[in-house]
Amino acid sequence: MKKNTINLLQLYPRDMNIYGDYGNVLVIKRRLEWYGYHVNLLTYDPGDSFPDEVDIIIGGGGQDSGQTKIQQDLLAIGPHLRELANEGVPMLMVCGLYQLFGRFFKTANGEIIKGIALLDIETYGLSERLIGNIILDSPEFGKIYGYENHSGQTFLGSGVTPLGKVVLGAGNNMKDSHEGVRYMNVVGSYLHGSLLPKNPAIADFLIETAVTNKFGDFSTDIVDDHFAELARKTAAKRPR
Amino acid sequence: MPKPYVTILGKAVRTAARMRGGGSALPGLVVERIDPDFIKDTLVSLSRGVVVISGTNGKTTTTKMVVELLESQGLRVFTNKTGSNFTRGVAAALLGEIDMKGVLDADIAVLELDEAHAVHFVRTIAPRYCLMLNVMRDQLDRFGEIDATADLLRTVTQATSEIVILNREDQRIAELKDTLHTQSVRFFGLSDDLIATFPSDDTLHGGAIRLNNYKADVILASFTGNQATFIIDGRAVTTPLKLTGIYNVYNAAAALALVRAIMGGSIDQEKLIAALADVKPAFGRGETIIVNGKPLELVLVKNPSGFRLGLQSFPPAGYATMIAINDNYADGRDMSWLWDVSFESLRSEGVALISGIRAYDMTLRLQYDEVPIASVEPHLKRALKQFLAENADMPKRIYCTYTAMLAIRRDIATLTKVEAIG
Repeated sequence: MKKNTINLLQLYPRDMNIYGDYGNVLVIKRRLEWYGYHVNLLTYDPGDSFPDEVDIIIGGGGQDSGQTKIQQDLLAIGPHLRELANEGVPMLMVCGLYQLFGRFFKTANGEIIKGIALLDIETYGLSERLIGNIILDSPEFGKIYGYENHSGQTFLGSGVTPLGKVVLGAGNNMKDSHEGVRYMNVVGSYLHGSLLPKNPAIADFLIETAVTNKFGDFSTDIVDDHFAELARKTAAKRPR
Repeated sequence: MPKPYVTILGKAVRTAARMRGGGSALPGLVVERIDPDFIKDTLVSLSRGVVVISGTNGKTTTTKMVVELLESQGLRVFTNKTGSNFTRGVAAALLGEIDMKGVLDADIAVLELDEAHAVHFVRTIAPRYCLMLNVMRDQLDRFGEIDATADLLRTVTQATSEIVILNREDQRIAELKDTLHTQSVRFFGLSDDLIATFPSDDTLHGGAIRLNNYKADVILASFTGNQATFIIDGRAVTTPLKLTGIYNVYNAAAALALVRAIMGGSIDQEKLIAALADVKPAFGRGETIIVNGKPLELVLVKNPSGFRLGLQSFPPAGYATMIAINDNYADGRDMSWLWDVSFESLRSEGVALISGIRAYDMTLRLQYDEVPIASVEPHLKRALKQFLAENADMPKRIYCTYTAMLAIRRDIATLTKVEAIG
């Protein structure tokens, strides 16, 4: 394996991949390559052995049926994921896995789906879906543009902070005005779009953290984000 | 209100809307408000009942095929051919076909309805037959999730009185059989060789390939360029086709299975296959227009699986490629779907022009697949003009979302001489 290799892990691509979640993986992979690193793209599905060395973890959303399929497996690897997060491994969890990285998901029927409690959050399934374009204002990343589509409403505990304040759209729930979560180097969010292509600042945060963790510093060429900038400008003008 | 009066009123609105150049669903809406039983009263009188065709991809082309195949068997067919596939579109289409007394001169109605409208429709009228094509990630911002969409289709199959035709190779569709007890169920399918070229939303990310061993009444066995072989009731039938794109040809298997179910023992297979060989693609579904002596293909793309199949069906070599992506309500607002399509097949030829409201989302997508891009012009009409001028001596292909396709068709006639549509 090359010396400057970053191990990028996609979590449950078979069952948790809806709404272009692969876009987030692709953006991390390509940007790393453009920055001059070699990427070892790994996947983990239920029953696989968890890779020894992981530098970035990306997870997405799924159908309710997909969440049922991975839940037991996720609980089994949960302690290890918590350990990695606390060691500072950068992670991005979108939608379904964002919810299951929390304490629990309580469905509309009152059933409790246990999460891995890596994030101090709780989610409640409601009949109303929150759907549409969404814009956030984040102290860390500036404006964040995406698309939300979820029936779970998530509430943050005291151990975490929100990713951003909602400028357009609903966000975590219908009571607060914030979206997503930040904890250690973990980013959780409901945003699709996909999230990372139009929000390269988040992609670069994950990349820079992973590279610094592994090699001590991060110095790179500059990626041309001209098209991302123009796509953000369009997104800023679209209706909900 | 007596029926003839409603009919005349509806016809008057239809004429007025046409003169205004308005959309095809408006007169239907007016009549629905005045007489909610209008569609029902008109359709229940048909001797061979009502056929509903639904699913995510291919409804329009399949419906067109089914109509032409039934006509080859001597039936008089009513259909919502305006492409306005909502219940109101059905009402609007009816107004164009019935006489002033409200009588529809047809034996059977073949209707394409999207998932949600199909559910609404079958609450009023139970179809005698239904055909379920597929369920894929499309317009999820409207229906929620694929599993929820499959449940909508389940409701439609359960409301069907006689025969349900299902896609064997789409597991969510094939599974609908499990909740059908009084209806007869038949399948259409692919040969094992072809199945690998049809990535479903599950197989794209490594799901199982075929999870059932149902016997299919019609199987698409092979397809090469302009000729296909179907296995119909166990016997191989090879025919030339005017349809392009393998997904259209697979829909032909669906249409054959449905028409066989409707006609039963009285089918004339020779006429059936002759009619199939003659079917041309529907509006914007791989159709070709001749512009200044060079072919221009419009390929409608609505969702990841459709876009993937389009890219797979039409090799880019020798063509100038344009992509137009809008995010109006009818296109779906969520741009995530572009990230579920691989564009690497365009890398060698590059893309000449990217346009539409979300042109820069598409450009960004291609940037990450490292596909060369010659130009970006979000304004569709200007883009089209530039694309035609810069690639005058080449065959051209435009991948476009629904509202982009409507705009392109409208603009193209104003920009240049369109010689023939075929």
